[in-house]
Amino acid sequence: MDNNTLTTWSRIKDSDIYFSYKKSPTAIISSLILLIIFFCSFFVELITPYNPFDPSSLSLMEAFTPPSWTDDGLSKFILGTDGQGRDMLSTILYGSRISLIVGFSAIIFSLILGVGLGLTAGYFGGKYEMFVMRLTDVQLTVPSILMALLVDGIARGLISREMHDEMAIYVLIFAIGISEWPQFARVSRAATLVEKNKDYVSASTIIGVSNLVIMFKHILPNILRPILVIGTIGLALAIIAESTLSFLGVGVPPTTPSLGTLIRLGNDFLFSGEWWITFFPAIFLVILAFSINLLGDWMRDTLNPKLNK
Amino acid sequence: MSFLKIKNLSVDYQMRKETVYAAKNVNIEVNKGEILGLVGESGSGKSTVGNAIINLIDEPGKVSSGSVLLGDLNIHEDPKNIVKYRGKKVGLIFQDPQTSLNPILTIGEQLIETIQTHLELTKEEAKERSINLLNEVGIKDASSRFDNYPHQFSGGMRQRVVISLALCCEPELLIADEPTTALDVSIQSQILDLIKKLTKERNLAVILITHDMGVIAETANRVAVMKNGNVVEIGITKEILTNPKEAYTKSLVSSVPPTNKKISRFIIIEKENNDKKNNNLKILNRWTKKEIIKQDLVQVKNLSKSFDDNFFTENSKNSVMAVNKVSFEIKEGESFGLVGESGSGKSTIAKMIVNLFKPSAGSIFFDNVCITKIKQNSEMMKFRKQIQMIFQDPYSSLNGRLKVRDIVSEPIKLHNPSISNNDLNAYISDLIESVELTQKSADRYPHEFSGGQRQRISIARALATQPRLLVCDEPTSALDVSIQAQILNLLKDLQEQLNLTILFISHDLPVVRQMCDRIGVLKDGQLCEVSNTEDLFLKPKHHYTKELLHLMPKIESIYN
Repeated sequence: MDNNTLTTWSRIKDSDIYFSYKKSPTAIISSLILLIIFFCSFFVELITPYNPFDPSSLSLMEAFTPPSWTDDGLSKFILGTDGQGRDMLSTILYGSRISLIVGFSAIIFSLILGVGLGLTAGYFGGKYEMFVMRLTDVQLTVPSILMALLVDGIARGLISREMHDEMAIYVLIFAIGISEWPQFARVSRAATLVEKNKDYVSASTIIGVSNLVIMFKHILPNILRPILVIGTIGLALAIIAESTLSFLGVGVPPTTPSLGTLIRLGNDFLFSGEWWITFFPAIFLVILAFSINLLGDWMRDTLNPKLNK
Repeated sequence: MSFLKIKNLSVDYQMRKETVYAAKNVNIEVNKGEILGLVGESGSGKSTVGNAIINLIDEPGKVSSGSVLLGDLNIHEDPKNIVKYRGKKVGLIFQDPQTSLNPILTIGEQLIETIQTHLELTKEEAKERSINLLNEVGIKDASSRFDNYPHQFSGGMRQRVVISLALCCEPELLIADEPTTALDVSIQSQILDLIKKLTKERNLAVILITHDMGVIAETANRVAVMKNGNVVEIGITKEILTNPKEAYTKSLVSSVPPTNKKISRFIIIEKENNDKKNNNLKILNRWTKKEIIKQDLVQVKNLSKSFDDNFFTENSKNSVMAVNKVSFEIKEGESFGLVGESGSGKSTIAKMIVNLFKPSAGSIFFDNVCITKIKQNSEMMKFRKQIQMIFQDPYSSLNGRLKVRDIVSEPIKLHNPSISNNDLNAYISDLIESVELTQKSADRYPHEFSGGQRQRISIARALATQPRLLVCDEPTSALDVSIQAQILNLLKDLQEQLNLTILFISHDLPVVRQMCDRIGVLKDGQLCEVSNTEDLFLKPKHHYTKELLHLMPKIESIYN
């Protein structure tokens, strides 16, 4: 966020960003939800009594237990169990951890790639810029899910069968990351074009500062705001992309299910009446993505001085 | 009975941390057929008063007390009154003609729309009226230009169109908010003449809001001086300018660079004891003493620069010659001025000298070495160190994400990587002292400073490499006059003590006269004339120089 505001707590409290945060119930609620989700997902071992990935905890006897508030529900399985007797709530939290890890890693990967290419393209210009921007144009014509499927397909061909389950998560991160970078490249190029014509960049050039230092010390901190905004919204997209791929069966394997995998597994039981197996992961995914998007929207409104007036 | 009466007007802006009083108990009266100049520095509330008259105050601002009477109608009493009077009885002229016209409508459509909003006329009648108006404001061939779009007009012509829009419903009051600030001097005088003429012919009451004392001196009958939302002094222009009573008015008048003589320093009244000439700068100890040899430090030979707006064909016919075969030289230790209107190529020359642009043809010699042909980076660094630049816009010339300390230390560390931390801190504090900022400034961020203070930080950064040549590209045009006077004094002092060579670029002739030993006049990328400052002002040779000198608004004109 704002470098100035991060130096001390009092600076943060005094900043306009904190002020607008305090005034926006949407931002407060969505960030609270996200905090809870992040906390529960990353410290899931501490808060759930079950480990759904531990085969010894499976009990087929308790499979298909409906949520606790229904007639057949058991109080120890709040959201019921799935087809193998795993507690839904624990499974969802374990799954959301995988979804979040994949989403964050993918977005960081595509941020580095996109901002790096966009920043250098905007700064150097010329044929290099042409090349990078046409590359983004070409990639934007291919739907990102198709792109990710393509990467996954190639990876399956290259990686041996035994290795595949192990490598699946990295392939997924790469596939999603590679399909999302063009928008970051575009935004950072546009912002760089604005910044590089400002006098402080000229001043640094005249002093004799090298291009690399100008780009990363001077320009990059000044273009972070728009990148942060689309990065946040991109995070939601990446999480959804992960779920989509896992739903299609090309994502993480069922042994370590993510939210998408859970939805797919539950989908099979939807018409036989066991609705909770697919419903709860799905609703969890919606809440997660929605909260991130709301937070991103608030950030865009706050960090964009043009909308502030 | 005066036509416009502003009584005890106060405008507040309720901000998050405090309430800003943009106008406090302002009392102003304007008669018909008179131009009232509203003058003040930025933030003095002059535009707020103008906007309050037509109730254009933006949220969170509000008129907290007072009234505006137009004839005998109280404007703020009933919101409906404003709608009736805005545009019809009150005409507005804004600062920037580039943005005050809608670019996707022809000027004819805009005129007809405005006329039909307020008067019940048919389209044909409205058209006829518009053409007459365009003729009146001096647009040639009005009937054929009626269907042109705003971009087909030049800046001055556009401002004429804006004036015709303001006049189209026969207003009785005209509010002109900095109507000529965005325009060149030659066009400025035409627009001011037009406003004067219309005031007389149509018996208008005019409020002319401006920061330029020269404009006031030449146009306004009466003047109101504003400071921090208060009207400090109001009266006949001549009396206020020749015999100001209030200290603030005095300092404002004394800060204006005189056009008819060269003074050694500006007298600064408001700032106590802070503006003593600093005779023993600590940075002098670090400065490698240079003997004053009056030889050429910079030689510019047949310098040309063309910009291609066509990507695919280089050297196409579309190229614009921004600079065309310009030659001059700057002696060590002197101040050389480059004067010209916008688009004359003065900034392009500056950027070529500091090596931001490569020239298309010609060469620049610095200390008898041709710096335009240097390919090696290490070789270039030697010259980077010796040539530094100060920019026009103090808001964009400092990186907002770095502390002042980091901004100033960057050039020092770059050119002297082995400097110890103690030495670096001592140097930074010397530099900060030399530009008359407090030592605490070093640990603040640029946004905590005003425009003038930011310009001082810029100067400190430029001095950090101990340059021999300082290129100043309009260093004070974004600043208020009193701040301008301080910065110009500072530059003069620094030059004297550090034996700096200065290339001073400006559109403002009075400023150049105060700062420079020799001056070159640029027009359309070509150098018209180079001569000593006093010769240029007293005996201009080139007809363009004569025209410029004739047209510049002169505060002294009030004495005649």
